[in-house]
Amino acid sequence: MNEVNDRSRDIGPFIPGPDDDMIICRCEEITRGEIRRAVHDGMFTITEIRRYLRCGMGLCQGQTCAKLVKSIVAGESGAAPGTLEPATSRAPMRPVEMQILADEM
Amino acid sequence: MNRTADVIIVGGGIIGNATAYYLAKKGRKVIVLEGSDNIGNGGSSRNGGGVRQSGRDPRELPMVMWGIQNLWPHLNEELDADVEYTQKGNLRLGKTPAHLKILQGLTDRATACGLDVKMIDAQEVKQINPYLSDEVIGASWCPTDGHANPMKTTLAYYRKARQLGACFITGEKVVGLQKNGGKLRRVITEQNTYEAEKVLVAAGYESRFITKTVGIDIPMIKQKMQCLVTEAEPKMFDQMLGTAEADFYGHQSHHGSFVFGGSSGQEGYELSKDGLISNSINVPCICRGILKYFPDLSKAKIVRSWTGWIDPCVDGIPVMSRVEEVPGLYLAAGFTGHGFGIGPAAGYHLAQLICDETPVTDMQAYRYDRFKAKI
Ligand SMILES: Cc1cc2nc3c(=O)[nH]c(=O)nc-3n(C[C@H](O)[C@H](O)[C@H](O)COP(=O)(O)OP(=O)(O)OC[C@H]3O[C@@H](n4cnc5c(N)ncnc54)[C@H](O)[C@@H]3O)c2cc1C
Repeated sequence: MNEVNDRSRDIGPFIPGPDDDMIICRCEEITRGEIRRAVHDGMFTITEIRRYLRCGMGLCQGQTCAKLVKSIVAGESGAAPGTLEPATSRAPMRPVEMQILADEM
Repeated sequence: MNRTADVIIVGGGIIGNATAYYLAKKGRKVIVLEGSDNIGNGGSSRNGGGVRQSGRDPRELPMVMWGIQNLWPHLNEELDADVEYTQKGNLRLGKTPAHLKILQGLTDRATACGLDVKMIDAQEVKQINPYLSDEVIGASWCPTDGHANPMKTTLAYYRKARQLGACFITGEKVVGLQKNGGKLRRVITEQNTYEAEKVLVAAGYESRFITKTVGIDIPMIKQKMQCLVTEAEPKMFDQMLGTAEADFYGHQSHHGSFVFGGSSGQEGYELSKDGLISNSINVPCICRGILKYFPDLSKAKIVRSWTGWIDPCVDGIPVMSRVEEVPGLYLAAGFTGHGFGIGPAAGYHLAQLICDETPVTDMQAYRYDRFKAKI
């Protein structure tokens, strides 16, 4: 937490890759190429990537793609994967109808 | 790493990022210091996305109206991004005669400032939004209000400012300021020291602890607010919604999900005031509020909920000001829970103020030295 992170540091140019069209976040249909580009747009953390692209914000809330997204961001930004914090998990654990939640006091 | 700039901005929220962008556009060398690991991690990425003029304090209207006329409509082109700005009006709903009285008061004050807002009856409300329950007996209607995507807007300002050469450093928590020869000169973080002749503190509530080190304070508090979002639903309506009772507000996003916010009435009295943890009574209470207005949403599924801090200022509007006692110090905080919609205009004005230009609308109402004891 709270590592000094200079967003102007040189991570090299964006080089298109052969598997850029591969879908990584299936719920929101976000591709590997979009995630790689977002890193070059300055999104260096998993939380920023999620807010910028919506990956991990769909029905499964990132339970499927979180690890993949992390390795792509680490690869692209040069950060050690261990230093990338996962995005915060949010309640509810599974989607819940409003009428059911409304019954909780 | 370079540690000197023309202007240092403390806080990478919508206010800090937008000001950084407009300063970079004017050719100023800017460093933004963000204390957390993520750009826009404060209220700026957690808010309900309302871009409203109606319901605001009249002192804020000239700036917010200028922004809605001049910045928001072209923001996508300006920032080369899709911020999902939708200008399809704001309905503020009422269910009782007492509600209508509140709405009438707000409407009268706003029309006196030249805002196009009016009271409409139940039938007109239904024409604008047919999904509302029959409990709604009237509303105020402001056709030029709307909503946008807060995460995308905040990050789009960051991205564009960064492209123009503004330097952003996260994980740099500012702990104090230092003067040199009577003028502000240094910004001290937990690990480093930065230097500039001008410093803008735009760190929300935490600004208090930073400016205190040079003897300046803004009277504001810190309050936790709740939001929730549904899974994507078929398109229902475009307007921004609020209520006279303030039991909920929200809109349907471009993605299809409904983004709602609200309160339980217990805010500020929680046992732990530190963490941003959702209180278990908030989400159910907001759901009950929503379903009274939108029975059709009863089966819509909530996929996520979160909280964020707002920074209510003692008189309900922010401070955006230079500080005479500390030459070089500028303040922008206390946005009181509605700093997103005014954010682009605030950034534009602050950049003008910092560059000693005459701001496009008058900023006197936002001065830091306006606070007086009651007697
Ligand atoms: C749930 C919720 C709903 C809202 N709904 C709306 C709405 O519909 N419409 C609207 O207009 N407004 C809304 N708001 C208000 C709006 O989000 C804020 O007024 C606005 O984002 C304020 O922007 P800011 O840049 O001043 O503050 P913030 O976004 O809080 O940014 C301040 C930044 O400063 C950083 N910081 C703090 N301390 C330090 C330090 N010591 N050193 C360095 N950095 C530091 C923080 O990490 C943060 O990133 C809502 C707010 C919340 C919480």
